[in-house]
Amino acid sequence: MTHSLEVYPPENGVDLDFVARAIRFKLVQISHAAGTAHLGGALSCVDILVAAYWKILRIDPAKPDDPLRDRFILSKGHAATALYTTLAARGYFPLQWLDTIAQHGSPLAEQPAPRCAPGVELATGSLGHGLPTGLGMALAARIQRQDYRVFVLMSDGECNEGTVWEAALFAPAHKLDQLVVIVDYNKWQATGRSNEIMALPSLREKFAAFGWDASEVDGHNIAQVTAAMQRVNTRGGKPIAIIAHTVKGKGISFMEDDNNWHYRQPTAEEVEKAAVELKLKS
Amino acid sequence: MRNAFAKQITELAQTDPRIVMLSGDIGNRLFDNLKAKCPGRFFNCGVAEANMMGMAAGMALSGLRPVCYTITPFITYRCMEQIRVDVCYHHAPVVIVGTGSGYSYASLGATHHSCEDMGMLRLLPGMAVIAPADSLEVRGALAAAFRQDNPVYIRIGKKGEPNVHASEPVFEIGKAIPLREGTDVALLCAGTMLPVALAAAELLGREGVSAFVASFHTIKPLDTALLQEAFAKYKVVATIEEHSILGGLGGAIAEWKADANAPGRLVRFATADEFLHATCEQDEAREHFGLTAPAIAARVRQALH
Repeated sequence: MTHSLEVYPPENGVDLDFVARAIRFKLVQISHAAGTAHLGGALSCVDILVAAYWKILRIDPAKPDDPLRDRFILSKGHAATALYTTLAARGYFPLQWLDTIAQHGSPLAEQPAPRCAPGVELATGSLGHGLPTGLGMALAARIQRQDYRVFVLMSDGECNEGTVWEAALFAPAHKLDQLVVIVDYNKWQATGRSNEIMALPSLREKFAAFGWDASEVDGHNIAQVTAAMQRVNTRGGKPIAIIAHTVKGKGISFMEDDNNWHYRQPTAEEVEKAAVELKLKS
Repeated sequence: MRNAFAKQITELAQTDPRIVMLSGDIGNRLFDNLKAKCPGRFFNCGVAEANMMGMAAGMALSGLRPVCYTITPFITYRCMEQIRVDVCYHHAPVVIVGTGSGYSYASLGATHHSCEDMGMLRLLPGMAVIAPADSLEVRGALAAAFRQDNPVYIRIGKKGEPNVHASEPVFEIGKAIPLREGTDVALLCAGTMLPVALAAAELLGREGVSAFVASFHTIKPLDTALLQEAFAKYKVVATIEEHSILGGLGGAIAEWKADANAPGRLVRFATADEFLHATCEQDEAREHFGLTAPAIAARVRQALH
């Protein structure tokens, strides 16, 4: 028997390590069945999503349009399957929807469309859009005297985009301390090492120099990611940047740090191997 | 026109708490009154237009009614993809106002010219495109834009443009404003070329040609009812705009005419598909492209024969 994904309520001491492994396996299955790419970058951000959706966000999956909800923007839209799977496992929409991803007529395209499913805040896929839009949402909270927070998850390749740095200059000038950006720093982008294509190293120092409350964490340590995100509660007058060191393809040994999995899909045999590695077979 | 815009947005923001003004580091002192009357709802977004447009979309998706304002090439071309993805794809009700349109800033060189903006923004699904003729139309256009639930682009001039209307006209997006009756030709004008169009009509009148003139301020959606009637009724329908021959008012009407299989002759007065390299002022730029009353009257006369 292989465990199939379920809805995991955040209460009752849920085992988040198990939730992350179950989500990872579903991502492998989806990539195999639907023929979707970007599996490596989806796997690298799973623990960040789990920390956000099970530990941090003030949300109610039954009220996805509540004006006071925290906003979570997956700016690295190519990891949409990771967001969809997280939302389904958190109870936003039926788990069965995940079996329709990228199929004709499905609400769930390979990259998210506007309001395509409950919980999806923004259509993304073109990189560098989530942070400026998230900034606007955070300013809207301030203007309307609401206290929701805005979380934006970006990829390291995404930091090539100039809009990221326009937004990075703007947010500290306005002391937007209800804004959190997390960079899924898996050291790869589509066709090469992100640190070689652009001068990305010292990412934390870059954000810090711009005036952000910037920290570095192990992006696969859910407790560390959670603690870093919790800094938003201090409302310390600075926007928060979390550089999450991650591994592309995390969790499946033959995918880890192998950039072929930016585009490749697993075979049926590889799906089985993944289930064993993720300790989901009994 | 920009003073009329600043005054109007200040008035509107006082009655509608959802209105937020975003400026791309222009309008020195222009918005002091707005800042005083509506604290916390003016943002100088710096010289970072793409971020400004993305932020506006985020605000609009959170219940606000943002207006983005800077010099036309920078509020359009510079952040085209943000307008497409963040604003239009989400159908976010952002009002985009470009100042110094066409050759308003002719002497600043081609970086500051904008004769492709209407064509580019007209292509985007859900976007309304408006070129008001004078300060009074700016007021009407802005008020109308905030009544829409879709994105709206308004291209305005700079300052000192003459008012064509005696008082604020009834302004409805997609409905042209007739200004002069006529029986032989129709002159449909978008934007600040309207006084030139009226002068051309006068010249034609002296030669026995009766010209209808309308402020055809909305390039998208087109006033198709007026177009149906005009092409059926007049021997020549002319479009006049300080915008490229490609994609603007004349381009939009040519497309419509082909699809509607409308009868009649269309003559388009616009700028050419080229950069203007000459150092000059706005009037000289217009002259260069045949956008003067005598040049328009002469070509219309030719088309009539």
